[in-house]
Amino acid sequence: MKTIGYIIQKEFKQIFRNKAMLPLIFVLPLIQLIILSNAATFEIQHIKFSYVDHDNTSFSRALIDKFDASSYFNVITYFSSGKDANLAMLKGEVDVILEIPSHFERDLLKDKKTNLAVIINAIDGAAAGVENVYINQIVQNFNKNAQANLMQPSDYINKPKTIASIPSFWYNKTLNYKTFMVPGILVLLVTMITLFLSGMNIVREKEIGTLEQMNVTPIKKYQFIIGKLFPFLVLGMLLLTVGLVIAKVIFNVPMVGSLGLMYVYTIIYILVILGMGLFISNFTDTQQQAMFIAWFFVVIFILMSGLFTPIESMPQWAQYLTEFNPIKFYVEVMRMVMLKGADLTDITPLFIKTSIYAVIMNGLAVWSYKKTN
Amino acid sequence: MSILIKHISKSFKDVTALKDISFNVNEGELFGLIGPDGAGKTTLFRILTTLLIADEGTAFVANYDVVKNYKDIRNHVGYMPGRFSLYQDLTVEENLTFFATIFGTTIEENYDLIKDIYVQIEPFKNRRAGDLSGGMKQKLALSCALIHKPKVLFLDEPTTGVDPVSRKEFWEMLKRLQQKGITILVSTPYMDEAALCDRIALIQDGQILQIDTPKEIVKHYPKTIYDIAASNMYELILSLNEYQYNHSVYPFGEFVHYTDKRDDFNPEDLLKFLKNKGLKNIIIQLTKATIEDTFMELAR
Repeated sequence: MKTIGYIIQKEFKQIFRNKAMLPLIFVLPLIQLIILSNAATFEIQHIKFSYVDHDNTSFSRALIDKFDASSYFNVITYFSSGKDANLAMLKGEVDVILEIPSHFERDLLKDKKTNLAVIINAIDGAAAGVENVYINQIVQNFNKNAQANLMQPSDYINKPKTIASIPSFWYNKTLNYKTFMVPGILVLLVTMITLFLSGMNIVREKEIGTLEQMNVTPIKKYQFIIGKLFPFLVLGMLLLTVGLVIAKVIFNVPMVGSLGLMYVYTIIYILVILGMGLFISNFTDTQQQAMFIAWFFVVIFILMSGLFTPIESMPQWAQYLTEFNPIKFYVEVMRMVMLKGADLTDITPLFIKTSIYAVIMNGLAVWSYKKTN
Repeated sequence: MSILIKHISKSFKDVTALKDISFNVNEGELFGLIGPDGAGKTTLFRILTTLLIADEGTAFVANYDVVKNYKDIRNHVGYMPGRFSLYQDLTVEENLTFFATIFGTTIEENYDLIKDIYVQIEPFKNRRAGDLSGGMKQKLALSCALIHKPKVLFLDEPTTGVDPVSRKEFWEMLKRLQQKGITILVSTPYMDEAALCDRIALIQDGQILQIDTPKEIVKHYPKTIYDIAASNMYELILSLNEYQYNHSVYPFGEFVHYTDKRDDFNPEDLLKFLKNKGLKNIIIQLTKATIEDTFMELAR
């Protein structure tokens, strides 16, 4: 016990003595948290909109005005021909082209129906889908008003019944994207810092040769490993605390659930990550190698965690893979507890999975750590 | 018997580092392992300090088997690797306290053992180990290796890269440690240090060439050696190499060590030959064989 205590003391001394280390551990991630949470948004805004008006009536202009008034659409450009508009799309100057046919007003009045051509740049398929929805909403709204204005009283008899849906957004009433992103990005930071630090710590001792000196001492495997990893557990928890404070103070993210539960889960989660870091360092000889391997896993885990893209829209095989992704568990738990106020019974399955993961990872790490080669 | 090595062999992929090595080191002996870089010295040290497992053979250190009783060995040996392997970002005192704690002891408990060495670096005890000079680093590393009062001390090239004054001091320290009953196995590529050991083993390409006391090793040198000097060293070596009866020609400080193939060699013949070559101020005199000469002869 005394030995472990002394190793921990030594590790902390080394961390605090490294002048570049503390800012790296605390300041950089927090800047990232603040920047990423603001920047990483999937709300589609500032759509570059253009139109070709072959009709040129007050009616068609009224439709254009609707787009102009919408906050989603930006910089309305007018093209005299469809050809010009297509060229602009090719150059990337516009995202959406609305082509109003000639006799738009007349057809609508006479035949009660007409067509609009909408061309959307669909290189980013997800954005194109969202843009389509926005355009449809505006056109339909316009349509409703037009019907009211244009229709004769006799037409009311034939008017089809419509069903209106009134959405109610739970857990994030204002559809604030930051509320969704902040817990996720916090997860990312806690993971990266603890994985990189633990992964490179033992490799560093290998590089500078101190590990060899340690290996000829009677120190026990478990003493060395606990002594090495405990400081990073503490650092991870500190990082979580600072991150939560920022989430509350700067982003005003609601914290519905129990903070205690978040902390307890985080301890188990960090154990998984530390085990992983140790495992990596056992199979690498230089910090560079460790860094690359840690990055490889972090990138895969992050992209498959549901942090940026919903897991439900991944192919089936990828969804199975995410079942082995600890970052996914943590993102889910943080969002559930923070935003929905989930309690222990709600997250029990994730809790158990993470605990099993922790036991396996650390078991592998201790098993693969050899004092003799 | 403090160290007992029986038929140890070790290969790394296609390189054979050690070939059937066997020797003993007596208790309280200062034993030198002398050989050039790549001879297998470090590999042997790593096997004896339980960091590496030999392919074949057995070895005992302080009567413990290096494979079966490796835990006991770690409690009873001190190892100072060739590379400085202490924490550079910890101070002198912190390093020493750290290793003392890991061995379950304190600085005070074994202070008498390290006192001679530690007093020299004590004025710098609050300095970080990374900021020490080469000689100081060696003293700190030796202190850390001794802090748990080991029975056997392994020093892998302790004086490589250390200035001549510190080297001399270092060997004096080893002599004093030996008097305190510690068995010391030290490796070095410097032949002049070999003479300071009780016994030495000459090692090359993973094989032991000879084991004996430095005096006996020199006695066994089969040839008569001549110191030869002339005004132009380079011309002298070229000329000697041309001389048909030469057995060996090695530059050795300000002289060239020369041996002849013939048993009835007359230096006058050589003098004539060299004069004919146009060399001036020629000196030819008898000299005693050194360990280096022996090593070169054995390594031929």
